[in-house]
Amino acid sequence: MSERAAVISGIGQSDVGRRLYRHPLDLTVDAALAAIEDAGLTREDIDGLATYPGNMDTPPGFSGAGVVELQDALRLNLDWYNGGLENPGQLGSVITACAAIASGYANHVLCFRTVWEASAQGDKGRASVTMGGGGRGGGFRAGGFMQWSLPFGAPSAANWIGMCAQRHFHEYGTTRQQLAQIALNARKNAALNPKAIYREPMTMDDYLNVRMITTPFCLYDCDVPADGSTAFVVSRADAAADFPQPPVHVEAIGCAIHGRPSWDQWDDMTTMALRDAAAMMWQRTDLTPADVDVAELYDGFSFITMAWLEALGFCKKGEGGPFIEGGQRIARDGEIPVNTHGGQLSAGRLHGYGFLHEACVQLRGEGGDRQVPGNPEVGVAAAGGGPLGGCLLLTRR
Amino acid sequence: MSDTDKPFRLLPRVDDTNEFFWTGGKDGELRFLRCQTCGYYVHPPSPICPIDLSKDLAPEAVSGRATVHTFTVNHQPWIPGYDPPYVIAIIEIEEQPDVRLMTNIVGCAPDDVYVGMPVEVSFDHHDDVWLPLFRPRSA
Repeated sequence: MSERAAVISGIGQSDVGRRLYRHPLDLTVDAALAAIEDAGLTREDIDGLATYPGNMDTPPGFSGAGVVELQDALRLNLDWYNGGLENPGQLGSVITACAAIASGYANHVLCFRTVWEASAQGDKGRASVTMGGGGRGGGFRAGGFMQWSLPFGAPSAANWIGMCAQRHFHEYGTTRQQLAQIALNARKNAALNPKAIYREPMTMDDYLNVRMITTPFCLYDCDVPADGSTAFVVSRADAAADFPQPPVHVEAIGCAIHGRPSWDQWDDMTTMALRDAAAMMWQRTDLTPADVDVAELYDGFSFITMAWLEALGFCKKGEGGPFIEGGQRIARDGEIPVNTHGGQLSAGRLHGYGFLHEACVQLRGEGGDRQVPGNPEVGVAAAGGGPLGGCLLLTRR
Repeated sequence: MSDTDKPFRLLPRVDDTNEFFWTGGKDGELRFLRCQTCGYYVHPPSPICPIDLSKDLAPEAVSGRATVHTFTVNHQPWIPGYDPPYVIAIIEIEEQPDVRLMTNIVGCAPDDVYVGMPVEVSFDHHDDVWLPLFRPRSA
């Protein structure tokens, strides 16, 4: 059995917004119940539960609920569950659910991811959503990986991924004007997504003139903290006839990491771990990048989307800059439509799960104003950056 | 400048596994664990050499010479006391380029930093920690 034993039978999403000030478990149950209903199931049918990153208190708003809270809130009877941060990216939890289905551990696994970083941030701005930082120590000492970054004023993945982008700029001559297309494309698509957070038009001048965060990233290269929850039901493919919606089939997954699991010691900072995850995915299918109709690629920072485009073979290594230049190729009517909901840059940081949700929406033909033309049949959803990466190839068949 | 005038720095938690690294600056030395059988420098500290699986590792000083592998000019005030703009870099040490450190480049304007820039270590003392920073050197 392989991941082709699994389908995504239901999708659900809570309200999404800035500073909703709702309890994150409340958002989670909205998404979970919507996904269960969408699959034509009831909570009695759910026998598996998976999430990323699981319950954790810091950074604030990063985890909205763990397995335990949701299981207890809905009184689920589980044969299998899994929650944790040490996964191949945020979608690693869905990939793990596919494995549980293929192994016969469960029939219907509910997967979820909840964030409330916008509310947690409150009025304190971006400094409160980093991986640490804040305050005058008060005896605080950094351990683990953070001991190598925090003392040097580098608490944020913006700094670490910014350095990956800078290395790409150095090796391949990539420019900010090229990178801008990831943000501009996202905003253009967000205008057609009623749930997107930022929908007003953005121009190249807007992008080039907004304040810098950490070179080469300006504010618009960084995703928008949001509140929201997204859920999926991953089910056995052989139960597909029972579903009210045509299920989205899992064709192949990628979760490999062959280099050092580290933000700064990774061998090639221009590829990050996405290289290995993408290569594994293509090894597990007869389909090729030319078969893909829509690509939903993580954009916690704009550069990550470009790195996924290269890793997945939509263009050659190092040629991401020229590939996205002008933005036509990645537009909704381009050769490979990218981040059709607006990505995390404009639709809001639902942290990986938003990309899989949008891939399913597009393959089901439910995109409304933002639906990619031509009835897309094959989609890819990818999430993660740095030493984290996981991707899924999906089909409508 | 006395210690009390120095800008606030978040410091690492010093323990038996990393003390040689964070206190090397007391003697003006940048130290890494080195495999005593094959000579490979192991960083971050680990109980085993990843090359030959020897557990015979000991801290050794390196030259302190390094090259900027990549960098970012940080403009965001993430942490009180860290006043932007400042340069965060990942350097690779001269002895073994796959040993990298995240650090700050000091002693030059942020705009003067470039990938491939030759740098050398310069320690910044806070409490029981000597942070290894890097400044330009002639190649």
